[in-house]
Parts: sequence; structure tokens; C-alpha cells
Amino acid sequence: MASGIKDKIVILGMGCSRFGERWDDEPAQLMSEAFEECIDDAGISKNDIEAAWFASAIDSVNVGPSALPLSMALRLPNIPVTRVENMCASGTEALRGAAYAVASGAVDIALALGCEKLKDTGYGGLPQRSRGVTNDLHYPNLSAPGSFAQLAAGYRAAHRIDKHDLKRAMAHVSVKSHANGAKNPKAHLRREITEEQAIGAPMIAEPIGLYDCCGVSDGASCAIVTRPEIARSLGKQNLVAIKALQVCVSNGTEVGHNSWDGSHLVTTQIAARRAYDEAGIKSPRQEISMTEVHDCFSITELVTMEDLGIAPQGRGVTDVLDGSFDAAGKVPCQIDGGLKCFGHPIGASGLRMVYELYLQLQHRAGPRQLADPVLGLSHNLGGFPFQNVAAIAIVGQL
Amino acid sequence: MAVAASRDATEAAMRDNIEALFLASTTHPFLDRQNSVIVSEALNLPQTVRAMDAGGSQRAGTTAMLCAVDAVRSGCSSALVIGSEHRRTRVGSRMEMLSGDAAAAIVMGSEQVLANFVDAYYVSCDLVDHYRMDGFDFDYEWEERWIRDEGYMKLVPLAVSKLLEKAGLSISEIDHFILPSLQQQLSTAVAKQLKLGSDKVVDGLIERCGHSGVAHPLLLLAHTLERAAPGERILVIGFGQGCDALLFRATDAIAGAPKKRGVSGWLERRAPDSNYARFQTFNALVERDYGKRAEGDKLTPMSALFRNRKMVNSFLGGRCSKCGTVQFPKSVYCVNPECGAAATQADHPIADETGTVRTWTADHLTFDMNPPAYFGMVEFGAGGRAMVDFTDVVPETLDVGTPVTLQFRIKQFDKQRGFRRYFWKASPA
Repeated sequence: MASGIKDKIVILGMGCSRFGERWDDEPAQLMSEAFEECIDDAGISKNDIEAAWFASAIDSVNVGPSALPLSMALRLPNIPVTRVENMCASGTEALRGAAYAVASGAVDIALALGCEKLKDTGYGGLPQRSRGVTNDLHYPNLSAPGSFAQLAAGYRAAHRIDKHDLKRAMAHVSVKSHANGAKNPKAHLRREITEEQAIGAPMIAEPIGLYDCCGVSDGASCAIVTRPEIARSLGKQNLVAIKALQVCVSNGTEVGHNSWDGSHLVTTQIAARRAYDEAGIKSPRQEISMTEVHDCFSITELVTMEDLGIAPQGRGVTDVLDGSFDAAGKVPCQIDGGLKCFGHPIGASGLRMVYELYLQLQHRAGPRQLADPVLGLSHNLGGFPFQNVAAIAIVGQL
Repeated sequence: MAVAASRDATEAAMRDNIEALFLASTTHPFLDRQNSVIVSEALNLPQTVRAMDAGGSQRAGTTAMLCAVDAVRSGCSSALVIGSEHRRTRVGSRMEMLSGDAAAAIVMGSEQVLANFVDAYYVSCDLVDHYRMDGFDFDYEWEERWIRDEGYMKLVPLAVSKLLEKAGLSISEIDHFILPSLQQQLSTAVAKQLKLGSDKVVDGLIERCGHSGVAHPLLLLAHTLERAAPGERILVIGFGQGCDALLFRATDAIAGAPKKRGVSGWLERRAPDSNYARFQTFNALVERDYGKRAEGDKLTPMSALFRNRKMVNSFLGGRCSKCGTVQFPKSVYCVNPECGAAATQADHPIADETGTVRTWTADHLTFDMNPPAYFGMVEFGAGGRAMVDFTDVVPETLDVGTPVTLQFRIKQFDKQRGFRRYFWKASPA
């Protein structure tokens, strides 16, 4: 009987580049920026790394395919390097690869790095690209905001929520994230916004407005993981352990079978349940100290609070408006500013989330520091509400 | 061509002193993207160079030379003038038979000159011997006899006589008379009119080179300077909606001038090609089927090009300040497995080095405008290596160990968006 990943892996070091429109930087520069911080934090040398996982999602306007970009950029010592891609959940997948490699006993020390260079696309938003040969024959002509707007429609109908209340709650989510991001020197956007600005912003895909969307940016983030005894022998203090790592992938039911009402993410719910089992968590709202969820759009974050079992079903709007997920609330969400303020360099985001949780647990989060964090949850979502990949990581004090 | 001519004209050290660059052509690839700046970056000139695209007439090159003279007189250390032309001609036309593509580069300066600029005379008048309007591919010419009688035979003697008057010289003191034209006998006829001996008329190189438009007066001047003796006077005419007459006098220094490849060298290096279909393809005179491999999107992200312009335009690599290893492209971590130092690389110029072929192939599968696509790994004398496209390969002559030099060439056309990107290719030395 498998026993899960809980407490088998600790984080030896982490790094994160400044996220933003890094016009003058190649992916190699972004990667080394994150990596140098990480290897310094870990207190080891590059030659101690025995395997690496590289998350990068869109290779057509980015670093190019395979794991070669990472190995060549950092001149890794001819170790196994694997490129992983699971759309926006790629970052967590890289961490998962590194963690499992160490937990299996195959290697002692492994690196997970996510990097995305999107600002060579030449226009705003994600690059237009093929969805797959057959998919292109029948998929609607969709955009990311358009796909997540579907979730807003389904959620509002299922819980009979007033349009304006939903819009206000969505605005509150973004206002809260901006208030947090303003304190983060690595974030792309560092100024506060108001509810009026968010509600009044130009419409992108009904009801998602400009300020309900995260931006596109360049960035890299990475982690070095090992087993607890190795970390201790290297003198690492305040060990942050991985408590759970779960990925759940749609199998086509949502988009093909009339049993799904479009109001929630099936995969997030399942991944969360499994993650709580793996971590031994019984009441998430009481036990989780902070979350970094996939706020590609404010509606996603709002619904995710329910899907994670942190907000009661159908009560997400009220919970958000009550300030439960603000910095001073019950379960602060996006304490670093989230995708909203960092932007979403796709492969990097999952690791950027864990970076903040790690800093918080190590009491190194400066002006963003929460009083006494014990457990942090990251939620990384790739795809669309009607078909997607959900990846959840829970970290906490060992 | 402009880059190749300029590299022949200048050593690397000389390029640091070039403070003005005039690129003259009536066939600049870009109407709005400064072509002279592309050339200046390929030559790794300082960013402070005064760069200007000149055009609009067949005498743009000689007019640009006058601008270069002014630039040097007003304080520029040296000024580089390049004439470069690639005219497309109708199939079966007289122009097709007489034209050639070429570039010539002249560096104007004030120290250790090979020839002094003596004086000039110029006239402007809207005599339309031929023209080409924006959006049209080919020139339209009027009758040759009229061009000769009303154009050259009237304007050139006028300009020359005024020039000689200004300079206080007689025609008999001219040793070399350069008058490029598309009419074989024209320069001799004008010389006769001027009472100048026909032995002073410089060969127009129509048969061996072809008339190279804006480049041609500069090309013939460069050719003449290869053999001019100290003290000889050279008269250069640029003709087009008027006429520029420039007078130079060779100095003693010309005798010991460093030997360049020059016009003679390039003419010697000829590789005859009787493949007319290839000529038509290269000049976009036929609707060619390039096959499905050519269908890929050739987008150049401008942000990435700008960020990498030193690598792309100048072929600058990096040299590790810790271990001395040269690498291309420049990278964050030194490529030397014994070193690996971070952020230690200074810009290192490689373009002027001779390289050697380490591995190569002729690829018949990948798309190429002129298949097969030769490419391979080149190692550079002073260190460093790169996988690059090869060009100007004579089949059966390339192998491991062949010495190669780098040439600035068109890498790809983006037909969808109307762009072309440049990069360096290795060609057998």
C-alpha cells in the first residue's frame, strides 16, 4: 500500500527571478537569475545536482523543445534533465518529478525549474497556436479569458448569484491581490487598485474584465529538493517538507457528459481530496494557513476556494466579500500577489507559488510575512474549466 | 554586398574611426528600416556613427562621396561611402544582358590618404533617361540615342569643363576618365568630345562585371585605384538627373597601399553559372515551387532580434575573462567544462576570423533556396565554434579542414510579412 510523499522530501533551496516584461533578457538569463538564488540558498554546488526537471509550456515562442534549453543555459553536468509540460500546471509537474526521483531513492538531490519567455510574442496575451490537429477541426475559436468566462456563467447559474454581487466579489479578489503584490519586489505589477477600477475596466470576455485577468510576463523559478536527513547534514534549518503532491486530469466527462453543470472544477475537487488525505488534513479551512491558487482569472480563484473545500459550496462570493482570504483574513490567498501581480510565465508559475509558501514557512517573507504559517497549499491549473489539469502541492514545517 | 565590400576596404582597427556611413542604392531592401544601420552593425561600427541611406538616382553614390568629403572636412575622422545595387531586370531585356549586382566601398579620410580629393562640379536637371516608381519592379528607359545626345554628350562635358576651370587644369592632365554607362561606346565618345585620349578612358567592365548601377562609379574608381600611380589624376562621373564630376589625385602613399581583394580579386574569383532557372529564382522572376518544407512560418520576433543584435548582426561572441575561452553565442556560464564561471564574458568579435570546417554535410531534405543546403560546424582560429550555414560552396570541394571565412548574408525571407533577416554564413576562403 503506497504511503504518499508526506515528509519524505524537503526543500533545500529555492529561487525566483523578477517577473515582468524582461525585454532585454534571454530565457538563459531568467533561468540563471532564479538558479543562482536557489543554489545559494541550498548551499551546495551545481555538481551536487543529480537530476533536473524543466517546466516550459509553449515552445513555439519561447526556449524551444526538450530539456536542452535548461541543461545548456545552466551548463548542468550532463545529468538527466527532463522537460515536462502540462499546460499551466507544468511548474508543479517539475516539482513532482524532482520530488519523486529523490523519494524513490534514485537520486539524492534534484532540481525543478520552470521558465517561460512569452514577451517575444509580439502582441498582448498568449500566442495563437495550434491545439492539436484534430482539435483544430472542431474546437471553438476560444481564448483563455473566454474559456474561464464559461465558469462564471455556470457558477452564477448554479448558485443563483446576482450578477453584480459576482462582479464585486471578482473585483475584491483582484484588489486584494494587488494590495499584496504592492509589497513584492519580484512582482511585475506593484501598485494597488480599487474596486471601482476593477469593475469599470474594459470587458474582455463577459463577465471577465481587464482587471480580472492576470497578465503575460517572463520569469523563472526553481527549487532544489532532497531527503530530510541530507538537508540536516548540510545544516539546513526550519525544514520545509512536501506534505502532498497530487495531479488530477480531466477525462472528457465535463465537456462530453450532461452530468457536469459548469460551476466548479472537478479536477481541483478530486486533487484536493487526495492531497488532504496524503497530508493528513481533516479540516482544510482550519488547518491550511495560506494558499497560492491559480488566479489566471479572478473567477477561477473564487471558485477554487470552494473546490478546495476552504469556502462552503455556493458561499464563495460572501466569503470573499467578508475578507476571509485577504492578508488579514482567515486563510490568506495570494499573499505574494498571485498570478495577478506576477503575470503568468506558464512553466514558472507553479514553482513561484511554492517559492512564496517556502519563504513564509521560513519566516523570510519580509513585509508580506504572516504571523505563524504552518501549512501552505499551492494550486496550479492548466487548460480550461471544461477540460484541464489540476496540480496541488501542500508544504509545511517538517 | 555592401558589408563584403566594406570589409574588403577596411581592417577592424580602421572601423573604430569611421564616424559617418553613407549607403547609396536605388534598390535598398527596406524603404523604412535604415539599411545603413544594418550595415554599420555588421561592421561593428560605433553606435555614434552618422548613418544615412542615400538613393533616388544613379548618381547617389558619387553624391554620397561628396557628402563624405563634407563630413571629413567638418571633423569626421573618416567616412565610409558604399554603393550597392541589385536591380531586377525583365527576362530577355537589354538591361538583363548588361546589368550586374555589385557593391563598392570607399573610405574618405584626412590622414595617410591614397588619393586626395581635389574638387568637384555638379549639376542637377530632371532628364529622365530611365525611371522606376515605387511599387514597380523594373526600370523603364527611353531611346538610347536620345540619352546619349541630349544627356551624356551635353551634361558631362559641361560638368567636366567647369570642374577643370575651377581646378585650373586642362583635360590633358586627366590620367583616368571614369564614366559608367549602359552604352558600350559612350564613354569613348564623350572623351573624344572632351579631346581626351581614348587610352585614358577606364574600361566600364560591362562584359566581365555588368553595370552595377549606383555602385558602378565607385567600383570603377576602386578598380582604377588598384593600378593608379602616384600623382595621377582620376576623374569620376556619376550620371542621373544631372551629373557629378569628382576629381582625385593619387598620392605617393598609393604605391605602398596594402593589397586588398579589390575588384580584380573578385573578378578572378568568378564561378560561372549557366543555370538560368537559378538566376530567375534568385531574382524572383518566376513563381517557384519551393515545396512544403518552405511553408513554415518565418516570423522574426523583433524583441528577440533587438536583444540579440550583436550576435546576429555583428557575429559577436563572448570571451571568458577567467579562462580565456571564446564562445558563440555569448552565454551566462562559460562553456569550458573546466571553468563554468558565471557572467564573465566580454564581447568578442569573431566575424573577421578564418575558420576551419570540423564537420559538414550537403542536406537535400531541408528547405533551401539553392539546394542542397550545406551546413556544418566551424571552428575559429582564435577559439570558439559554431554550427552555421555554408554558402558559395562549389560541389565536391568542401571537406573537413577546408578554411572558411564568414560572410554577411540573407538568412531567410518572410514572404508573409515582407521581411528578410540576415546572418553570417561560412564560405570557403
